[in-house]
Amino acid sequence: MLIFEKSRPGRGCSMLPACDVEVKLPGERDKRERLLHLPELSEGELSRHYTEIASKSHGVNDGFYPLGSCTMKYNPKVNEDMAALPGFTEIHPLQPEHTVQGCMEVLKLLEEYLCEITGMDHMTFQPAAGAHGEFTGLLLIKKYHESRGDKKRRKIIVPDSAHGTNPASAAMAGFAVVSVPSGPDGCVDLEKLREEAGEDVAGLMLTNPNTVGLFDKNILEITDIIHDCGGLCYYDGANLNAVMGTVRPGDMGFDVIHLNLHKTFSTPHGGGGPGSGPVGCKEMLANFLPSVLVTGEETLAFTKPGQSIGEVKSFYGNFLVAVKALTYILTLGREGIPEASQNAVLNANYMMHKLKDLYTMAYDEVCMHEFVMSLSGLKKATGISAMDIAKGLLDHDIHPPTMYFPLIVEEALMVEPTETESRETLDEAVQVFRELYKLAETDAESLHNAPVSTPVTRLDEVGAARHPVLRYVFEEE
Amino acid sequence: MGSYVPNTAEERQAMLNEIGFQTIDELFAHIPSDVKIKEGLRIPEGMSELEVRRKIGKIAGKNRVFETIFRGAGAYRHYIPSIVKSVIAKEDLLTAYTPYQAEISQGILQSIFEYQTMICDLTGMDASNASVYDGASAAAESIVMCRDRKRRKAFISAAAAPYVLAAVKTYCFGNEMELEIIPEKDGLTDLEYLKAHIDKETACVYVQHPNYYGNLEDARAIGEAVHEAGAKFIMGVNPISLGILKTPREYGADVAVGEGQPLGLSLGFGGPYLGFMACVGSMTRKLPGRIVGQTTDHNGKTGYVLTLQAREQHIRREKASSNICSNQALCALAVGVYLAAMGNEGLRNAAIQCTSKAHYLAEQLEKIGFTVENKGEFFHEFVTVHDRSAESVLKALEEQGILGGYPLDDRRILWCCTEMNTKEEMDQVVRILKEV
Repeated sequence: MLIFEKSRPGRGCSMLPACDVEVKLPGERDKRERLLHLPELSEGELSRHYTEIASKSHGVNDGFYPLGSCTMKYNPKVNEDMAALPGFTEIHPLQPEHTVQGCMEVLKLLEEYLCEITGMDHMTFQPAAGAHGEFTGLLLIKKYHESRGDKKRRKIIVPDSAHGTNPASAAMAGFAVVSVPSGPDGCVDLEKLREEAGEDVAGLMLTNPNTVGLFDKNILEITDIIHDCGGLCYYDGANLNAVMGTVRPGDMGFDVIHLNLHKTFSTPHGGGGPGSGPVGCKEMLANFLPSVLVTGEETLAFTKPGQSIGEVKSFYGNFLVAVKALTYILTLGREGIPEASQNAVLNANYMMHKLKDLYTMAYDEVCMHEFVMSLSGLKKATGISAMDIAKGLLDHDIHPPTMYFPLIVEEALMVEPTETESRETLDEAVQVFRELYKLAETDAESLHNAPVSTPVTRLDEVGAARHPVLRYVFEEE
Repeated sequence: MGSYVPNTAEERQAMLNEIGFQTIDELFAHIPSDVKIKEGLRIPEGMSELEVRRKIGKIAGKNRVFETIFRGAGAYRHYIPSIVKSVIAKEDLLTAYTPYQAEISQGILQSIFEYQTMICDLTGMDASNASVYDGASAAAESIVMCRDRKRRKAFISAAAAPYVLAAVKTYCFGNEMELEIIPEKDGLTDLEYLKAHIDKETACVYVQHPNYYGNLEDARAIGEAVHEAGAKFIMGVNPISLGILKTPREYGADVAVGEGQPLGLSLGFGGPYLGFMACVGSMTRKLPGRIVGQTTDHNGKTGYVLTLQAREQHIRREKASSNICSNQALCALAVGVYLAAMGNEGLRNAAIQCTSKAHYLAEQLEKIGFTVENKGEFFHEFVTVHDRSAESVLKALEEQGILGGYPLDDRRILWCCTEMNTKEEMDQVVRILKEV
């Protein structure tokens, strides 16, 4: 039941004291006429409402969450504690600099560590999420070419295996998007890339490992091709969890990157945000960064780079998320960062190995932190799709893998176990995956009807889009 | 070293052997050695939880927490009911991903549907999205959503907050829209200038209300001028003020956006905050970002799903209405809990206290020689001018543990009062400033 349906006129909570100065009301011109319909409930009723809301949600702590390309690792508690320190939460963003040295130190340290992990020279924390980071990074590329009087570079090359955000970000930054096909091995087709590389190319956007979970071995050649034609290379950090401590984007030839602190660096996803998408770059792009870089040794200060692209957001980004990521890096440190990555890769290969006799792997070779299965064979044979298997998993308290992505694999399920899952959890999940496969062959009908144990069964998405109901309508409206 | 990897060294070895490998390095063997890190990362060794806590605690200790704050300028200290923090700490909500799997995400989806309803109720609009990054990016997205093939020019009032202006400029640079600033006149948007310059290529006009200086604009008159030119009227509003001020819809706006931070989010040195976006029904399909809709399941039971996804990047790729994926879901949840805990009377009361206290402080400051620049109505912020430098005024307050208003230049200060400021605090400010 919606909170508005539970509301009763006159109920409520008491939060504020009486006004201790003379009351001033707005004049007739500006006085609100429309009635407010906020819920009126006692605190006890509110508390129950949100406990019910929570019970109908599935977080990392509710069970295995192998959602490919999202890195749903455990979110450590100490991160939350540190971000809740009043010394951070009670700080106004426009306080004098000498009263916020601690906040600036957080950003400075995190910049230093993340630059070391990624091989970059500078980093801005203003972007609030991965997509926001992509937009910011692409504007750096745009400004770079503009600053050199090079106005003909209008194209951004994106592989066809890329996440939809890449082309969407490129379009937002004013570029034309050129898609290059992947080779049969799921990696960039070098010949096709060479054909596209030219004087009109502003840059290339790439993840490595790529979206099929493979490390593109030709990476140095790829970045060389782009650099040789005068373009820049953008690294989408969505898959950094696979290689941190082993390879650095900067050493692979990338000039600008974004990270997802809410994936790789253990900050919680919050049901879809807040995330944090810091952007790192090599020295030659530093002068274009958003205007809140922390500099200085003894006393820290914010400075504005000379040819800054400007701001993409208020203030300094999702600062409290940065505190969580710093806590995580300090905890893991020099040895823990590569250890996390190695175990993410081990867990993925372990699961893939235990499934590949039954499920068809899109690319049957050593994977990185995730692998992609294609269920097109199963679908042809039984009618059971990737979606059906995904919905079947829901009845086993497992969050399904990412479905129907990447687009270059038919009936794709993309599995990313992460390093924070134990062997037993992986074994149990493998067991469930195998049972569902058998079920597809023996009793397809029951899978078409899954899930059955969830608060609702499959929902009518077509109807929702055709006749949108986007809010509760109050009786007197 | 801290670690969150459960498997022991022996277990890892057993797993490796089981899948046909001897060492973990073999899993990385296909990566060309010339790109691999040679000597390990140059970052500190990992620490125990206790050590990390000490280190971060020490860093936090280098910040100064002001007990009394009279500074706003885009980030506002309001009372946050205890229940807000308790709800957003619930693990099922905190650690979940975007609710793609609707059957196990009904709680989060319902909370967003409730949030959308409350934002529509506050603004008087028909549709709201599930939030964007913050008020500045909401303003920028709202301008981008209004453009079409024939109209690629936008106007923004110079009396909008500097960070909003800056973000809008950046988004227009990216999207290759022409942006013109409407100058301010006496702390208000210059309506005559707008009337003289708006044309048939204008997609939209953005006005902040209350504006950066706290002033209430003649929003209805601006809206009429905008509509006469066939453009869309966007209002950036302070959500607390909507407890008593006309809704953007009542002023004639087509799109309402704003910074949601005042609704239950801590100052947090600037984030995470939340940008809300709502619009009239005819523009619903132009909204960027996630939107939750109500529907039914196979058994006819009411449920909620992410909807109108044909606008979004994962379907449309480069033709999407925006690239946004993550929104600020947990912040939207906090806003929902805040508004539910405050209720109609609570929100109205907070708004009344904000404006009443700001007027009280303004009067008191005038009595000791400050000139208040605001000529007409203002909400909870106002600007003073004084012969004495803003720096010396603010320093005197800082020495007494008070964060004074925000210095706009050498002589002008932008003050803000909320329900958090007591009469006693305001009288103390006046006492301190009288003595200096």
